[in-house]
Amino acid sequence: MDLDIVALSRLQFAITALYHFLFVPLTLGLSIIVAIMETVYVMTGRVIWRDMTKFWGMLFGINFAMGVATGIVMEFQFGMNWSYYSHYVGDIFGAPLAIEALMAFFLEATFVGLFFFGWDKLSKVGHLITAWAVAIGSNLSALWILIANGWMQNPVGAAFNPQTMRMEVVDFFAVVTNPVAQAKFVHTVSAGYTVASIFVLGVSAWYLLRGRHVQLAKRSMTVAASFGLASALSVAVLGDESGYLSTEHQKMKLAAIEAMWKTEPAPAAFTLFGFPDQKARETHFAVHVPAVLGLIATRSLDTVIPGIDDLVISAEQRIRDGLKAYDALQQIRQAGAAGVAPEVTNTFETNGQDLGYALLLKRYVDDPRQATAEQISKAAGDTVPAVAPLYWAFRIMVGLGLFFILLTATFFILSAKRKLDAYPWLLKVAVFAIPLPWIAAECGWIVAEVGRQPWVIEGVLPTAFAVSNLGASTVLLTIIGFVLIYTVLFVIEMKLMLKAIRKGPQEDSTSPSATLRKGTAPDPTLAVAE
Amino acid sequence: MILHELISYETLRLIWWLLLGVLLIGFAVTDGFDLGTGILLPFAGRNDLERRVIINSIGPVWEGNQVWLILGGGAIFAAWPQLYAVSFSGFYLAMFVILVALILRPVAFKFRSKREEPGWRARWDAVLFFSGLVPALICGVAMGNVLQGVPFRFSSEMHIFYDGSFFGLLNPFALLCGLVSVAMLILHGSAWLQVKTKGPIADRARQYGSVAAVVTVVLYALAGLILWKYIDGYRVTSAIVTGGPSNPLLKTVAVDSGAWFANYAAHPWMWLAPVLGLAGPLLALIGLRLRSEVPTLLFSALGITGIILSVGASMFPIILPSSIDPHSSLAVWDSSSSHLTLFIMLVVSVIFIPLIVAYTSWVYKVLWGKVDADAIRDERGHAY
Repeated sequence: MDLDIVALSRLQFAITALYHFLFVPLTLGLSIIVAIMETVYVMTGRVIWRDMTKFWGMLFGINFAMGVATGIVMEFQFGMNWSYYSHYVGDIFGAPLAIEALMAFFLEATFVGLFFFGWDKLSKVGHLITAWAVAIGSNLSALWILIANGWMQNPVGAAFNPQTMRMEVVDFFAVVTNPVAQAKFVHTVSAGYTVASIFVLGVSAWYLLRGRHVQLAKRSMTVAASFGLASALSVAVLGDESGYLSTEHQKMKLAAIEAMWKTEPAPAAFTLFGFPDQKARETHFAVHVPAVLGLIATRSLDTVIPGIDDLVISAEQRIRDGLKAYDALQQIRQAGAAGVAPEVTNTFETNGQDLGYALLLKRYVDDPRQATAEQISKAAGDTVPAVAPLYWAFRIMVGLGLFFILLTATFFILSAKRKLDAYPWLLKVAVFAIPLPWIAAECGWIVAEVGRQPWVIEGVLPTAFAVSNLGASTVLLTIIGFVLIYTVLFVIEMKLMLKAIRKGPQEDSTSPSATLRKGTAPDPTLAVAE
Repeated sequence: MILHELISYETLRLIWWLLLGVLLIGFAVTDGFDLGTGILLPFAGRNDLERRVIINSIGPVWEGNQVWLILGGGAIFAAWPQLYAVSFSGFYLAMFVILVALILRPVAFKFRSKREEPGWRARWDAVLFFSGLVPALICGVAMGNVLQGVPFRFSSEMHIFYDGSFFGLLNPFALLCGLVSVAMLILHGSAWLQVKTKGPIADRARQYGSVAAVVTVVLYALAGLILWKYIDGYRVTSAIVTGGPSNPLLKTVAVDSGAWFANYAAHPWMWLAPVLGLAGPLLALIGLRLRSEVPTLLFSALGITGIILSVGASMFPIILPSSIDPHSSLAVWDSSSSHLTLFIMLVVSVIFIPLIVAYTSWVYKVLWGKVDADAIRDERGHAY
């Protein structure tokens, strides 16, 4: 990869997005876990649940600040580094971002302050409402950002306007109810819930191993294990749904994830393991499981999934159709108010959906209509994303996802049997599992966004054509700036988190009787797993 | 969707131009006192406890206030995509510097209180100071550059080319506008501190605020004079098509001395905006001297509103003038989103902005009252 402006802009976006996505999933999940804990406190009046709310809420706060800080960068960066993108699709893409602020950010940010400052100023129920407002706000923001992202993967409800040279909304309802966006939303928030559950599970397991805050840790584990199990299952189901939708909307992404170079007879085999080789266009040492891919991706036995080579051939055809649209567009623009012959309009309308394919040629030639056959075939070859990173990221993500189901299910059963601290080795597994959901979440981002390449908007706008006209050194400078600041903040954040965890919760209720409000005798079995 | 035809494209564009102003004012009035308080932090608070009082005075509300900025970014993207694309990529390094401040500010609030060492706290105090000063300064500098025209142009495919540099932004007039912005927000921050604190902190805030009020009035008037005497304005010379396609290249624009004051000549009621811009800080000054609390904050907010409106009134219908290719200038009538998008965004705003104002007011009401230094000393009820 030579250091051109496109590569640098992509690198900066990837760094800042992956970094932002270290904090977002924990915010999504922990906000709900904290709200659940406070709900139990308000319903039962047991002080230990308030201590739990405060402790996990405090960790939530440290993480939330980092999420806010790194989120603003994302919003600004579209305009800063991707100005042609912003012009080309702002009419559609900007709306969900603005709605996200109106509907979600104001809610979570206004109430998060009250959550931390309002303990003495609000009634119990008032404070509980505050906690839920933060949780709902956080999760609603995920909905709108994934509607925006879903549109990048499956650009529905929009059409190109030759007068303004951009995509414009024709059906906003289709943008909002985009099936890709809906599947992504549930998959992503569930992933966030899993991240937070395993975080709470692991930290609590650490307390149990040390014999500290035993009651608080056990209750936290019960919440985390049950919430985590439901979430881990939901991640898998909606991940499967996302895969199914890719079959329909992003065939190339699916083929690349599977490193499926040639079209196979249906139902296609799933490659469990292998080494994809992009140059040779084959996967070395592949281990196949017959029929599984066909079943997952098409939910049928006889639908054929096209392989990479065939998809390149059809991309070449779409480039040729796109060139007709491009030519018609130039005529329409030149004629201006005078108007063009109906055939030209007709040509544009029939081939308009492939206009983006003609723009793939802009990398090689200023006027795509002058492209040689060789350049066209090169541009068609560009439609294959980097196969190996996708192939591996996907397998790591799925493998970890299955492990999370196993882990949360184990602790769910242990909790039901009141044996959470019976097996120290399992507690150790839970502690060491803490970083794993983050790895899975980052892999998920790679699968979704690297798999979309070379498009920034699938089939509509090539990434290489969407960048701002900035100097490479300018972007390099800001990359260095972001990396420096982010590294320093990451180190401080980790230290503060670890310090807060080591210090542990402040318990107002160290004696069991203090957990009861109404003077009934403490029931030791109840105290273990509530 | 036929529904959106109910409101004409022209009206929607006008409404969104006004809403752009509402968002800017919302940001400057709410997050403005946070920024101003940040700038005042090292001066109005002389020891750790005093500084904690100051930080906790904005502690519960700054996150919500900052969303005005995020909403501003999102709404400009949604309603004025070309303005978003040109300004964010054109002012690239300035935007980066603002981002650095906005990355460091939230973590400074959170991290400062997590360790006791004086060195640690002093470092985050410095961060809070700079992350208040830098956005306040750059926003004003950006405004100053917009009034002089920004060196950008569109290619026929609407690719944006920008010929300026970061240091080119730091010209004398723009820096003057930057200082107006800083002084105005220091005044606003001191008005806030007067409401939320008592004793020596409030006294110091009154002193700094009084100076800032005078500086605001003098520099704002000076900037107005320079704008009138020395800075050329832009005006559309082709026939204005208010409902036409959003393509800036379809019009012609001329650079004229006095063009920035043409609207005031044609519509004298617009003078109300600069008059407010001058009267607001002066009334706030009187308020500070009389130790009147809430009115002072309102006068200061009124001054900010007047100053921002006066820029809008003088530029309308131009939003972002281009100095190297005036025809590329963005105007209200040719750089908006589509009719449908403007309509949908208006519906969403009409539903949510009143809701936001309602629950934000409720939160301010719950948190009303002076910050209690004793409670902070005993670690009760304060997060920072």
